[in-house]
Amino acid sequence: RHMTGEKWHSRARRYESELQSCGLEVAPVEFSDYHPLKSITVTDSKSRRGARKGSTSSSSSSSSSVAPDPLSSMLDGTDPLSMFAAASASESPPTLSQSRKRREKEDEVGVDFEPWSSKRGEILARFTTTEKLSINLFMGSEKGKAPSLASSAVSEKVRTRLEELDDLEEGSQRELLNLSQQDYVNRIEELNQSLKEAWASDQKVKALKIVIQCSKLLSDTAVIQFYPSKFVLITDILDTFGRLVYERIWSMCSDPRPLPDSFTADEVNDTAKETCLNWFFKIASIRELIPRLYVEVALLKCNRFLTKCGIQETVPRLTAMIRGIGDPLVAVYARAYLCRVRLASRTYFLSTLSHWLPSFTEISTAPLAFFPLLGWSALLLNSVMWAFRAEFIATRATDFIGMIKDCDEAGFPQHLLFGSLGRSLACADPPEAERLPILNEAWKVITKVRSPQDYINCAEIWVEFTCRHFTKREVNTVLSDIIKHMTPDRAFEDAYPQLQSVIRKILTYFHDFSVLFSMERFLPFMDMFQKDSVRVGVCLSIMDVFIKHQQEPTRDPVILNALLHVCKTMHDSVNALTLEDEKRSLALLINGFIRMVSFGRDFEQQLSFCVEARATFCNLEPVLVQLIHTVNQLAMETRRVMRGSHSRKTAAFVRACAAYSFITIPSLTSIFSRLNLYLLSGQVALANQCLSQADAFLKAAVSVLPEVPRSISIEGKLRSSEGFLLDFINNFLSALLVVPDHPEAGVLFLVRGLLNMVQDYTWEDNSDAKVHVYISALPLLAAMSQESYLYSIPKVDSNETLYGGDPKFLAEINKLCETLIGQVLDHLKTLGRDESIHRQGSLAFSLFGCLLAHGDLRNNKLNQLAVNLWNLSHKQGYCNTRTSVRTLEFIKHQAQQPDMVHLSDVLHRLTLQSRT
Amino acid sequence: MNILNTKSVILFAFHICNIISGLLCQEVLAGVVAIVSKEAVQHQGITLTMEGIVNLQLSSKSVGVFEAFYNSVKPIQLITSNIEVVKQGKVPGGKTEIPFEFPLHTKGNKVLYETYHGVFVNIQYTLRCDMKRSLLAKDLSKTCEFMVHCLPQKAKLQPTPVDFTITPETLQNVRERSLLPKFLIRGHLDATNCVITKPLTGELVVESSDVAIKSIELQLVRVETCGCAEGYARDATEIQNIQIAEGDVCHSLPIPIYMVFPRLFTCPTLETINFKVGEFTCNKYKSNSATVCGLPMADRCDSLFLCRV
Repeated sequence: RHMTGEKWHSRARRYESELQSCGLEVAPVEFSDYHPLKSITVTDSKSRRGARKGSTSSSSSSSSSVAPDPLSSMLDGTDPLSMFAAASASESPPTLSQSRKRREKEDEVGVDFEPWSSKRGEILARFTTTEKLSINLFMGSEKGKAPSLASSAVSEKVRTRLEELDDLEEGSQRELLNLSQQDYVNRIEELNQSLKEAWASDQKVKALKIVIQCSKLLSDTAVIQFYPSKFVLITDILDTFGRLVYERIWSMCSDPRPLPDSFTADEVNDTAKETCLNWFFKIASIRELIPRLYVEVALLKCNRFLTKCGIQETVPRLTAMIRGIGDPLVAVYARAYLCRVRLASRTYFLSTLSHWLPSFTEISTAPLAFFPLLGWSALLLNSVMWAFRAEFIATRATDFIGMIKDCDEAGFPQHLLFGSLGRSLACADPPEAERLPILNEAWKVITKVRSPQDYINCAEIWVEFTCRHFTKREVNTVLSDIIKHMTPDRAFEDAYPQLQSVIRKILTYFHDFSVLFSMERFLPFMDMFQKDSVRVGVCLSIMDVFIKHQQEPTRDPVILNALLHVCKTMHDSVNALTLEDEKRSLALLINGFIRMVSFGRDFEQQLSFCVEARATFCNLEPVLVQLIHTVNQLAMETRRVMRGSHSRKTAAFVRACAAYSFITIPSLTSIFSRLNLYLLSGQVALANQCLSQADAFLKAAVSVLPEVPRSISIEGKLRSSEGFLLDFINNFLSALLVVPDHPEAGVLFLVRGLLNMVQDYTWEDNSDAKVHVYISALPLLAAMSQESYLYSIPKVDSNETLYGGDPKFLAEINKLCETLIGQVLDHLKTLGRDESIHRQGSLAFSLFGCLLAHGDLRNNKLNQLAVNLWNLSHKQGYCNTRTSVRTLEFIKHQAQQPDMVHLSDVLHRLTLQSRT
Repeated sequence: MNILNTKSVILFAFHICNIISGLLCQEVLAGVVAIVSKEAVQHQGITLTMEGIVNLQLSSKSVGVFEAFYNSVKPIQLITSNIEVVKQGKVPGGKTEIPFEFPLHTKGNKVLYETYHGVFVNIQYTLRCDMKRSLLAKDLSKTCEFMVHCLPQKAKLQPTPVDFTITPETLQNVRERSLLPKFLIRGHLDATNCVITKPLTGELVVESSDVAIKSIELQLVRVETCGCAEGYARDATEIQNIQIAEGDVCHSLPIPIYMVFPRLFTCPTLETINFKVGEFTCNKYKSNSATVCGLPMADRCDSLFLCRV
């Protein structure tokens, strides 16, 4: 076969009629129809909390103009795992005791009552110690029992039991010293396990012993900071025991049918009553006060089996009994346990409190130096403010301030009390009229606090209240006070977390940055963050808020200056060690800022802002890219304002824009950023009739091409750059259609330049990329030889006008095409070997497609070439039959058109080989 | 209570249905004798024997070790009675239940005292069931204690509150009174005539104390008196000791006194010719972190009269 020396003739195209004949009909897509390209709209399902959408965008209607982030919508609380969790929590079949407990809670305790389960974890996490602990265990039952002296069987049994109980108290005692907290917890867990085992193996006395042992541990306050956690662990055991006993007695009454939940003592049979009574007799004989008290509290509920109002009668007695505990800490926790078990009634809680108060005043006079928390009434006040609902505190804030002022300063510092009050006021609002007096009173105290650490702890809390209800004037005052306190001796260095929190709170309430930066003290406040990492962190949070809440572009010089300063701080934190991720997030924030800067019609100012920004943010490549885009946009905006025809002044301006881009692009390291930006800026320059600038951009792009490495790093992985390069070249080619030839540079100099670069480029071994470029250059050349081009740029004469269909120009094009086809055919020949036969087929087929679409097949040579290529591609049977069939159908369809009749000849010569 | 005869597998048992309560009472002791056996059981008669005995033991403290050992006072029989439930014959296989009723007739003018297990005085009532069998088989026997409670007294009990004060001066068992730290404890018991089923209640207030208090305990002591040839022996033993205050409690804040009387080890105060149970006393017990001698200081207090209402 002779494949060289082919002739090329482009097919003449009538783009408009072709568009009409081949164009698909436009089918409107209904709102509810599925379409893959339709933007995702989020329809809020019922379970979804609606609050999320809220504050971000306002004016645009909620049908999403902003495509929602699919990740964040996943995390919207309805992910499958949390849904399962929620479902299982609500559906788990409630056991008898659970359901009863729940009902009790629901019935009698307000919703706002913090449940013990949440409190429990908090206590365990908060009260830990590294000190060594000791534990006393009583190994009473191990020694063999001496036969009893008693004469009769019954009393013997009873006596043995009582002796066992005695043993427990006096029996061999083993003290384990030097336990770490974890060891201690493990010990208690062991006890818990052995309690359950003992109960399961019907050793009730042993179980009781274990419980007594455990509750005895609560009288030891040696390591005071661990005591709350110890209390939690041990009362867990007591709860278990209480439940076991209750359920056992319950089960004794289940014959003939289980007791209803709301049973009365009358329905309980005698055996159950007797058993229950027996437990109480046993407990009543426990010698020591604390175990007796705790165990009886644990079994409190069992009183239901005995009498109707057993619980109500017992509780006051137990409450009074606690007065016998001398150690105030132990006593308070015993009360807490009683309250917890008797969670049901609030009135009870109050009566406990009233029992407790006199003991407080008493104790405060006693010299209890070992107990660090003196000043009881203040302490109580503090606890009240911590524990009560914020709304409750807020409505009585003025009263609380009065009480706080009355407190004795010696025991419990007032600023802590104000801190607690502030915490409540941060989430609930006091009456309008009282707010200013409250703030004044509070700040009067806070400002007098000497220690900077104490001061800032308290001030930080009150900043929220101030931001919530007052204007920038008050906040400014607060800030200046903080600066005054924290500057001496560089006290701020130890208070970064608090100072950061102050900033965060201000940012939560002040979204208007013009207001924010008009606070005189805001920037001086920022100056206190002198440690780099902290400073950057603060800047990040400021920018974050800005991007979230700034809706209109701004030109406010105060905002711009301040934010430029903030962004510069962020930018300057970048160094060689900064991670890519960090750089990316910094750049994202700075870009967000740049996008929000607009000087309206003052384009020159905007450009000079970009110049300044480029100088400021030179180390962050994404920012430079953004700046180039901004400047390009600026040029296009100018064009829009001038409606396409530039005046002298605007022409100079857009050239300045092009110059900006032209000198900025080379400083980018990413080769594809450079290429794409050259192309884009070239297009912008062309659109603005800056022909020489456009040439310069495109030339620069072509000259950069050889620098493209064969592999580039994408997200940390080394990938071949070939695909990207091909994409770019195709894009570039389609832009070249409208670029007019330079009068001095010869015909098609850019296309030739590009193809030369492609030829010289060191492509990957064994790659067809070069040939692919050649094949895709053919359509461009075919388009260039048309009388009127597919597209053009207003006010720019492209080659179509410059050459006006000059035969020399067309011949030049055809020659170029022939060279290209020759190159392709040469390449096809080299692919004749077995392993590359598949590639040969597909390349041949794409060249065939190109000929069919763009070549004039009336020409015999071309016609023959097309048929040969078809046969070549089908020779090995590797080609896709479906594509072939569709191609044939297409040719058949084309052949029906008046000037395409010759195609039916071609059709006859194309045979479809069935795959063997 | 069951006895298992290994040879012929006879389960022999009896239950008492009621708790007897009564002094000089006409109540009957009722129940069933149950015989469970695979085969028929041949026997020579089943009898029930009921017995009420007061055992007195002299304490070594009052009379010396040997005398205590030898000179046990003879048991006093309060009641004894014997009836034949079934005459000689055969009990068929399976479970046989024979109900019985036992009248409680005291001997002469004796009265039945309430069941009580003390250290030196023991009042116990038992019921024994015997099955006599032929020479080849062993006799079967089964014993069971039954409780006698006093018939509640008709008379309404007058509460008799009593106030008390404890100071170093009121202490009984100290020698160097001058070395004691100063303290003042005041309080009251709601009643010294107590109903045995109801707890002992009261209040106690630490008015002042020079040293920190370690513990305040409440001790229940019983006093048993036995009469014998040599006169009588009077012994006090602790029944129960419970702590009502731990650590240095709040001053001038009332602390409750509350003690449940333990079952079996207490009984209503009782006084007879030969013996006396009662005069329960209640001690306030105060341990100081004493600089003096480290010994606990105790104060004997009011005797209690217990009864059943």
